Amino acid sequence: MPFSAQPPASGERYALSASLDNARHLSSLLRAVHFQDHATCFATASGLRVTVEDAKCIQANAFIQAEIFQEFSVQEESVMFRVNLSVLLDCLTIFGTSSLPGTSTALRMCYRGYGHPLMLFLEEGGVVTVCKINTQEPEELLDFDFCSTKVVNKIILQSEGLREAFAELDMTSEVLQITMSPDKPYFRLSTFGNAGSAHLDYPRDSDLVEAFHCNQTQTNRYKIALLKPSTKALALSCKVSIRTDAQGFLSLQYMIRNEDGQICFVEYYCCPDENITEAEL
Amino acid sequence: MRFRAKIVDLACLNHFSRIINTIAKLAKTCILRLTVCKLYFILSDKVANGGASMWCELSQGNFFDEFQMEGVAAEHNEIYLELVPDNLSRALKTAQSAKAVKIKLTNKHCPCLRVAVELPSLSSSSRIVTHDIPVGVIPRRMWNDFREPSVPDFDVSIYLPVLKTMKSVVERMKNLSNFIVVEANLSGEMNLKIETDLVSVTTHFKDLGNPPWASADGCRSSAQGRDLESMAEACIDIKKLQQLLAGQQVNPTKALCNIVRKRVVHFILLHEEVSLQYFIPAIA
Repeated sequence: MPFSAQPPASGERYALSASLDNARHLSSLLRAVHFQDHATCFATASGLRVTVEDAKCIQANAFIQAEIFQEFSVQEESVMFRVNLSVLLDCLTIFGTSSLPGTSTALRMCYRGYGHPLMLFLEEGGVVTVCKINTQEPEELLDFDFCSTKVVNKIILQSEGLREAFAELDMTSEVLQITMSPDKPYFRLSTFGNAGSAHLDYPRDSDLVEAFHCNQTQTNRYKIALLKPSTKALALSCKVSIRTDAQGFLSLQYMIRNEDGQICFVEYYCCPDENITEAEL
Repeated sequence: MRFRAKIVDLACLNHFSRIINTIAKLAKTCILRLTVCKLYFILSDKVANGGASMWCELSQGNFFDEFQMEGVAAEHNEIYLELVPDNLSRALKTAQSAKAVKIKLTNKHCPCLRVAVELPSLSSSSRIVTHDIPVGVIPRRMWNDFREPSVPDFDVSIYLPVLKTMKSVVERMKNLSNFIVVEANLSGEMNLKIETDLVSVTTHFKDLGNPPWASADGCRSSAQGRDLESMAEACIDIKKLQQLLAGQQVNPTKALCNIVRKRVVHFILLHEEVSLQYFIPAIA
């Protein structure tokens, strides 16, 4: 192998250094949050969190815990940098995206620290690709301050129940309205598009509902264009938890099983749409 | 000047269509040269195509059941036509399950290649779909513009890696940069590199093998004194390379490229019945 193609020896001090036998374990999760070019990577000993935000009201996080990697080491308490996610994904999928059985791309990722590029070494079938991606100063991230004690309503559903609904959302509607209630209609998704309004109700005793903890009737609207990208995460997941707090902030948590059966999480947080009056609800 | 030809065998027809599809991906307009034995698709290195040129050669006997050609004159028994290969490609799309395809040069109002596709029909009379593809007849005095390009005096000649891998890599790199550096050495190693403000990516291929070029004047023997590890590189338009690879629907029998450092990359793709050469000039 040419000298420049060799990954650095493990003895060198890298702020972040990780190895993954199957790069798809990382790339498929990152695709689920890829709705903007830029992402903030945050690594601790527990693993890697990649955050994407838009319009100051939506945030998506992909969590890949350290156990998913064959090797994962972070030198300081935490490492944080901003990187172009489109470029990162193009590099991670340099050998193509079709998953032929038995073939996978091996990945080694190294980051020297502040001001240095993110280095990727990818190998498939004896061919090696080396990528050097420039990193930027991390920007301040939104804090939705969403913790379990502030949750008002929570439903856990099997993803297959929501997939079709989300794929077929009426995009001519500006908003997606979510109603959660201890009484009928229990859980309702509504859109108000050019052709009219559409309501999709899920009964609380449906097989698809794994858990139902609704204490208060809440109806909130969210900009549909902001939530639509979450469909990618929904498509990959087996379960989704939908939670709202007293302000109407929405948390969608997706449980995703990768090719090896390991569990990862993606979550989306969204602010309620402010352009509506009480009278409209 | 006369030309008429007929394909009856479905496999030959599909193969011919695939070749036309590949040509259509590489050239908006090109020259079709007809001789008694062969067809040539030629693109000469004009500024309009970004300086790329192409030479594709096939033996008519491998495709056509009938082939009659009479050139402009007895001593110049050839026909040169300018056409848009995509028109031919689209006409042949209707022929996927045809009984026969006839091609004829006509000149009713203007010169055309008339492609008549005979389709299967339940009734006794056959269904025929006819496409008239306008062509320009190239006068004899201009034929010298379209001679076969000579193999350049290259620095390195190397077999290409598995085209599928090369295609995936180049497609991704195309998202990241407009230009790509192709470099290779005489030790069977080839690198594809892109570099921009945001990112640099290098893919390393090895154990590719270097084709042995026999030459009458023995000039290749100078390679023996040469440094086998040193790379010859050329920076080319990535879109041209991606178009060449995207057009390859079947794995060639032989695929190689010759690099003249900083000047041109010359690709040669050989299939059993057709050979394709594509020259991509280096960006200054």
